[in-house]
Amino acid sequence: MSEQQHDVRLRVNGSVHEVRVPARRLLSDALRHDCGLTGTHVGCEHGVCGACTVLVDGRPTRSCLMLAVSAVDAEVTTVEGLTEPDGSLSPVQQAFSDCHGLQCGFCTPGFLTTIAAGLEDNPDPSEDEAREMVAGNLCRCTGYQNIVKAVLRAAEIKAGS
Amino acid sequence: MKPAPFAFVRPSTLDDALAALAADPGGKVLAGGQSLVPLLSMRLASPTALVDINALPDLGHVRVAEDGVRVGALARHADVLADAAARESQPLLAMALSHVAHATIRNRGTTVGSLVHADAAAEMPMVLRLLDGHVEVASVRGRRTVPAAELFAGPLESTLAHDEIALEAFFPALAPRAGVAFEEVARRHGDYALVGVAAHAVCDGDTVTSARLGFVSVSDVPVVVDVTDALDDPAGRALADLEPGDDIHATADYRAHLVRVLAPRVLAAAIEHARSNA
Repeated sequence: MSEQQHDVRLRVNGSVHEVRVPARRLLSDALRHDCGLTGTHVGCEHGVCGACTVLVDGRPTRSCLMLAVSAVDAEVTTVEGLTEPDGSLSPVQQAFSDCHGLQCGFCTPGFLTTIAAGLEDNPDPSEDEAREMVAGNLCRCTGYQNIVKAVLRAAEIKAGS
Repeated sequence: MKPAPFAFVRPSTLDDALAALAADPGGKVLAGGQSLVPLLSMRLASPTALVDINALPDLGHVRVAEDGVRVGALARHADVLADAAARESQPLLAMALSHVAHATIRNRGTTVGSLVHADAAAEMPMVLRLLDGHVEVASVRGRRTVPAAELFAGPLESTLAHDEIALEAFFPALAPRAGVAFEEVARRHGDYALVGVAAHAVCDGDTVTSARLGFVSVSDVPVVVDVTDALDDPAGRALADLEPGDDIHATADYRAHLVRVLAPRVLAAAIEHARSNA
């Protein structure tokens, strides 16, 4: 017996993707395999590492802890959707570049989406608040110091623009 | 790390959701999924069907009345945590919710889902138990109210039947002259607590008329111990009832040590809170 497939309309970064998936397709896999948006990285696949974090209706959410079939009513933003309309880097992306906030880059998409939403809620975080903002994301390269700096730098860039 | 196949429905009415659950004894409710989806991915759970309740109307509320806070099945932890009126009515909600996982998980995970997931290492089941709240549940057979004292059956097991959906949780308001406090020790903020302790105290002038402690991660089910008669040694009284376990995160001895450290500290904070709440 072949597995039942579901037709799902996903709205990602302002575009509609019509995909046909089994119910067990994780949103993270649907984004990568069915929508071709490989910017979302899959690390632990059980919600611990934060690499797959996307914005669901503007709120940071683990895409590995959501089924694609549950995302039908949602507006999803992936790291690809953070870039400015003219293709230039968003404040958070620019800040990661300025502050050397990444090394291998695997965890970076999850940090960028988390911080982009975090700065909407708190545009002027203290260093402690910046740490708290990224506390749910793991990075095995940087030691976090430059990521925390990048949060503060992104807030500066946003305030100046 | 991929879930096994299952049937899936996303009903838009409660009646349809209840009928779908009743039709499949191997079915499970999907709300926030922050505990269920990892269990599926690790294949620790393999339900035959999921009934996604996220499209049901009128379940996203956090409603505050004089008697307490009512939390709908689709209210996310983040919604409850951000609700100023809920925090004022029952301060223990926000005290404990800020320790529930990380903000990203709280954005999707539901408070009611966490209650019926019945994890003794989770904060909110213990909070409901300590406050003597209850859960309203529905099935095709009708509705009933389950008091917190009757909600938890065992590790990750509530007393809800397979065809029941928890619609709403009720957390009683903090009464005058009552106080609460919460503290936990975890490897990192947001990780599961090695031990968490909440206290609820009631004072009449200088006399403490009631003192109860709730514990996270020291037993198979959320547990509450009355320490009114043991104010000078609440941890000793509690440890007579508790059997902290060994696991990869902490030894039983270390958990008992944390109970001895946290219990008096949290109780003192709750008593102080009660005295300031006269």
